[in-house]
Amino acid sequence: MASAYDTTDVPAPRPVSGEVVIRMAGVQKWYDSFHVLKDIELEVHKGERIVICGPSGSGKSTLIRCINQLEKHQKGTITVNGVTIDSAHRHLDQVRRDVGMVFQQFNLFPHLTVVENCMLAPMRVRGTSKQEARDIAMKYLARVRIPEQADKYPGQLSGGQQQRVAIARSLCMNPKVMLFDEPTSALDPEMVKEVLDTMIGLAEDGMTMLCVTHEMGFAKSVADRVIFMDRGEIVEQATPAEFFTNPKSERTRNFLGQILTH
Amino acid sequence: MIRAFSYNEFLFLLSAVQWTLALSAIAFIGGATVGLVIALARTSDIKAVRLAATGYIQLFQGTPLLMQLFLVFFGATVMGLDLNPWAAAALGLTLNASAFLGEIWRGCIQAVPRGQWEAASALGLRYPGLMRYVILPQAVKVAVPPTVGFLVQLIKSTSLAAIIGFTELTRAGQIVNNATFQPFLVFGIVAVLYFLMCWPLSLLSARLERRYALATR
Ligand SMILES: Nc1ncnc2c1ncn2[C@@H]1O[C@H](COP(=O)(O)OP(=O)(O)OP(=O)(O)O)[C@@H](O)[C@H]1O
Ligand SMILES: [Mg+2]
Repeated sequence: MASAYDTTDVPAPRPVSGEVVIRMAGVQKWYDSFHVLKDIELEVHKGERIVICGPSGSGKSTLIRCINQLEKHQKGTITVNGVTIDSAHRHLDQVRRDVGMVFQQFNLFPHLTVVENCMLAPMRVRGTSKQEARDIAMKYLARVRIPEQADKYPGQLSGGQQQRVAIARSLCMNPKVMLFDEPTSALDPEMVKEVLDTMIGLAEDGMTMLCVTHEMGFAKSVADRVIFMDRGEIVEQATPAEFFTNPKSERTRNFLGQILTH
Repeated sequence: MIRAFSYNEFLFLLSAVQWTLALSAIAFIGGATVGLVIALARTSDIKAVRLAATGYIQLFQGTPLLMQLFLVFFGATVMGLDLNPWAAAALGLTLNASAFLGEIWRGCIQAVPRGQWEAASALGLRYPGLMRYVILPQAVKVAVPPTVGFLVQLIKSTSLAAIIGFTELTRAGQIVNNATFQPFLVFGIVAVLYFLMCWPLSLLSARLERRYALATR
C-alpha cells in the first residue's frame, strides 16, 4: 500500500500568490430535499492548481458547476475575480467570461467545424471580428497541438483530439480560471495522456485550475492542493504529499484504499 | 340544368389547385412563424411563459379544426370585423398550424443534448445567441422530416376551408358536382389532385427521415 503513495515524485509545495480568484463561503445546495453541498468553504488563489476527488455522488461536479452557475446554489456566496454571483445577469456574464469549463463528454458543437467551435464565443460574446477570432482560435489549436484539424467536424476526431479542442475552445475566451470535470473519464486509455499533457502544459503556463479527476498521478505531480469530498462536504484538503502519505480522516483512507485496488 | 363533365370543368378544378396551394403556403408560413415563438415559449425557463404556451397548444390540439375555422369566421362577424372566407381560413389554419408546429419543434429543441446548452452557457453565450448559433441549427436537422410530414397534413386540412365558403379545390369539386351530378368522377379527380400535391412531399419526408437516421447512427 505504501508504494502506491510513493512520494518521491511529489514536488515541494509551490508558493502561490495571495490573490483570491474564487471564494466560496458557506455554500449550500439542495436538490429538492437532498442536501448535495453542505457548507462549502473554499478559496482558490491565482495560479493555484487544485484537484478534487471523492466517491461517486459526493457532489464534486455540483460544486464546480456552481462556480459558473450551471447549477444554482441556495445559500452562501460565490465570488469570482471580485464579482459576487447574484441574480444580476451582468454579474453572471462577467463570471462566465472569466471561467472556462471542460466537460467529461467534451460537448463540442457538432454542426460547427473545429475552428468555428473555437471562434463562436469570441465573436458572439466578446464581439471579436471574424479574422481576429480565427487568429485566436488557430493560436490555441496550435497550443493543444491540432491546428491541422481546424476544418474538420468534431465527429471526425478521436476522443482525445475532441477534448483538446474543447480545451482550446475555452482558452479562446482568455479565462482567468479553468474548471475540469473528469476530462479524461470518457476517453480510451491510450488517449488519456495527450489530454493530461495538455493540462500539464496549461498548469506550467500558470493557469489557475480546478480539476475533478481520479488521475492520482496528475494530482501528485501537478496539484498544489488535493480536496477530498464525501457526501456533500469537503472532508479534507492538503498538499498532495500530505494527502497521499498521511490522510487524516478515515473516509479519505477508505477512498484511497479503494482507488488503489482498481 | 345538368351539364356534362367536360374539359372546362377539369380546368376549373385544376385552377382551384392554386388556391389550395396558396392557402397551404400562407398557413405554413404564418404557422411556422408563430410556431417558432410557441416552441421557444414551451422550452422557456420562465414557468408562466411555458404554461401559456402549453395552454395554447392544448386548446388547438384538443378541438376540431373545423370548429376553429367556424369560430374565427363567425367570431370575426360577431366582433364587427368583416373577415372574408379567404382571410378567415388563412387565420384559422395559421393558428392551428402554429400549435402543431410549436409542439413538433419543442421536441426537436429538447432533443439537443443538455451538454450543448451547458457548453454554450459556460462560454458566456446568452439565450438569444445560444439559441441562434448552437441549439436551433441542431434542432433544425431533427425538425425537417416531421415538418415536411406536417405540411402534408396541412394541405389536406385546407379542404375544410370549403365549408366556410372559400373556393379551393374541395369547394371547386362541390361546385362542379352540383352542376354535373357526377360525384364519383368529380371527387375522384379532386382526390387524385390532392394526392399529386401530397405524395411528393410524403416521399421527401420519408427520404429525409432515412437520411437523418443514417447520419445519427
Ligand atoms: N439534477 C439533479 N437532480 C437531483 N439530484 C441530482 C441532480 N444532479 C445530481 N444529483 C445528485 O446529487 C449528488 C451529487 O452529484 P454530483 O454529480 O455532483 O456528484 P459527483 O461527485 O460529481 O459524482 P460522479 O463522480 O459520479 O460524477 C448525486 O447523488 C446525484 O445523484
Ligand atoms: Mg461528476
